Amino acid sequence: MSSARDPLHVNGEVLVVKKIGAYRHLTIAASGIAERYRPGTFVAVSIGDLTPRTHLARRSFWITGVRPTGSHGPTIELVVEPRGVGSTWLADRRQGDHLELTGPLGRPFALPKEPVSCLLVGEGYAAGALFPLAERLRARSCTVTMLLGAPDEVHLLGALDARRAARAVSVVTGDGSVGRRGDIAGALPEVMDGIEVVYATGSHGALHAVAAAAEQHGAWSQVAVETPQACGTGLCQGCPLPVVGEDGVARVVRACAEGPVIRGDRVRWADLGVS
Amino acid sequence: MNLGSVTLANPVMTASGCGGTGRELADFDALDAVGAFVTRSITLDPRPGSLPPRVVETPSGLVHTIGLQNPGLDQFLTRELPWLAARRTRTFVSVAGSTLGEYADLGRRLGRSPGVTGIEVNLSEPGDLGLFDTREPFQAARVVQAVRRDLPPGLPVIAKLAPDPTRIVETARAIAEAGADAVVLGNAAPALMPDGRPAGLSGPAIRPLALRCVHDVHAELPDLPLIGTGGITTADDARAFLAAGAFAVQIGTALLHDPTTAARIAAELQGEPT
Repeated sequence: MSSARDPLHVNGEVLVVKKIGAYRHLTIAASGIAERYRPGTFVAVSIGDLTPRTHLARRSFWITGVRPTGSHGPTIELVVEPRGVGSTWLADRRQGDHLELTGPLGRPFALPKEPVSCLLVGEGYAAGALFPLAERLRARSCTVTMLLGAPDEVHLLGALDARRAARAVSVVTGDGSVGRRGDIAGALPEVMDGIEVVYATGSHGALHAVAAAAEQHGAWSQVAVETPQACGTGLCQGCPLPVVGEDGVARVVRACAEGPVIRGDRVRWADLGVS
Repeated sequence: MNLGSVTLANPVMTASGCGGTGRELADFDALDAVGAFVTRSITLDPRPGSLPPRVVETPSGLVHTIGLQNPGLDQFLTRELPWLAARRTRTFVSVAGSTLGEYADLGRRLGRSPGVTGIEVNLSEPGDLGLFDTREPFQAARVVQAVRRDLPPGLPVIAKLAPDPTRIVETARAIAEAGADAVVLGNAAPALMPDGRPAGLSGPAIRPLALRCVHDVHAELPDLPLIGTGGITTADDARAFLAAGAFAVQIGTALLHDPTTAARIAAELQGEPT
């Protein structure tokens, strides 16, 4: 039998679609997924027509929020950047549309047992996955600092929410339209003082910078690695993630099943194509 | 539902490479309901697999080059098979090798491992993986013979061929004479990734090809048990393969979309004559 932690394959209903800068924010009634959610997990979404199925690969999205109880029952939230066929299709959904979803999938962020000083680093839409994490860290009396980055204002997510979620917030944008001009790698050294654990979401480049900064400062890092996934459920081995295991042996694991959250010092960044 | 000396609860199997280690399907309560579970292809030595991208979408299909990523036989036997055995899952271990000697080793060691229901020989992994070349029917037959050599006689060997109707009857006959208990039609069709790497094409796009293969082989070799696979996503798709002459089906790509597909089709076919 599956347990209360196992993912579910469900039919969800789109309740609200909001535009936030370059992104769409979807609230979806998805019974079972919200209750099982832990920060860092994601859903795999079927796109296009289902009878017959026209698009066979699924699309994975971070769950950026859950409400286990509400007038529409349990809901989950996703932030979608319309980029390819799948994300554009999902971004175009309207209230009342139905979606086939599987989740929550993947290994979540590991939460500290002690109240420690945490830095949460988020780039672009992926920053959305950090807000439910911040809430749970604060509930454990952790100190939460945030660093958010994006190329420009329309791609910056959560700068206002961050003021509520974190004790201190730094923002960097590539064009300087919000916060300071710069990128995450450049801003990291100034916010690492006293940090014991760094949690990060974003591009592979940003995650690598986080892993390196954490190692330099003697902190732990937990990075949520985003890769294209054909299934998201660990069945197809289509999302290889090169790592070094606990035993020191290099191997390739599934980003969806052994990740997406993994210790930054375990990832073989060069083999992931990140310098 | 009999295959050699083995009885399966129903005619729906998972297809190799689409069912993970079994645990992932069990998370959805979708493992115990299938007639048999087929592992991804296991090689003697571990293989890291291909560089990404490994899977791309094409109309009604997936083009993929996983590169036979697997932990190797030793790790499979210690880390994956015992879980399946403890669960009493009917397990066919898919095998691939670079030499006839490797195939013989795989058969010998798997044959004496508790929990192995049978062996599926992967005769059609397309591309440049350094596998023993089985495009000639007599070479395919030699692989089946090699796997059979040290295998206990009661353990079924099934062999999976690419869905290329051109020489399919000839190949099926050769491997049946070499000792295959059933033939699986068919594997991924040879294809190319957009970046030029050899790959396989799976999904509903190849269903008519696989159906044609089942039809043609069944017409010539009506006594040879056939397992149909290729883009089956509904019970009706499965029925089409059974009507063409297959006695069982495998569900592959559809599992990636909905991990409960095989269990659902098995339930829908329950009670129907096959």
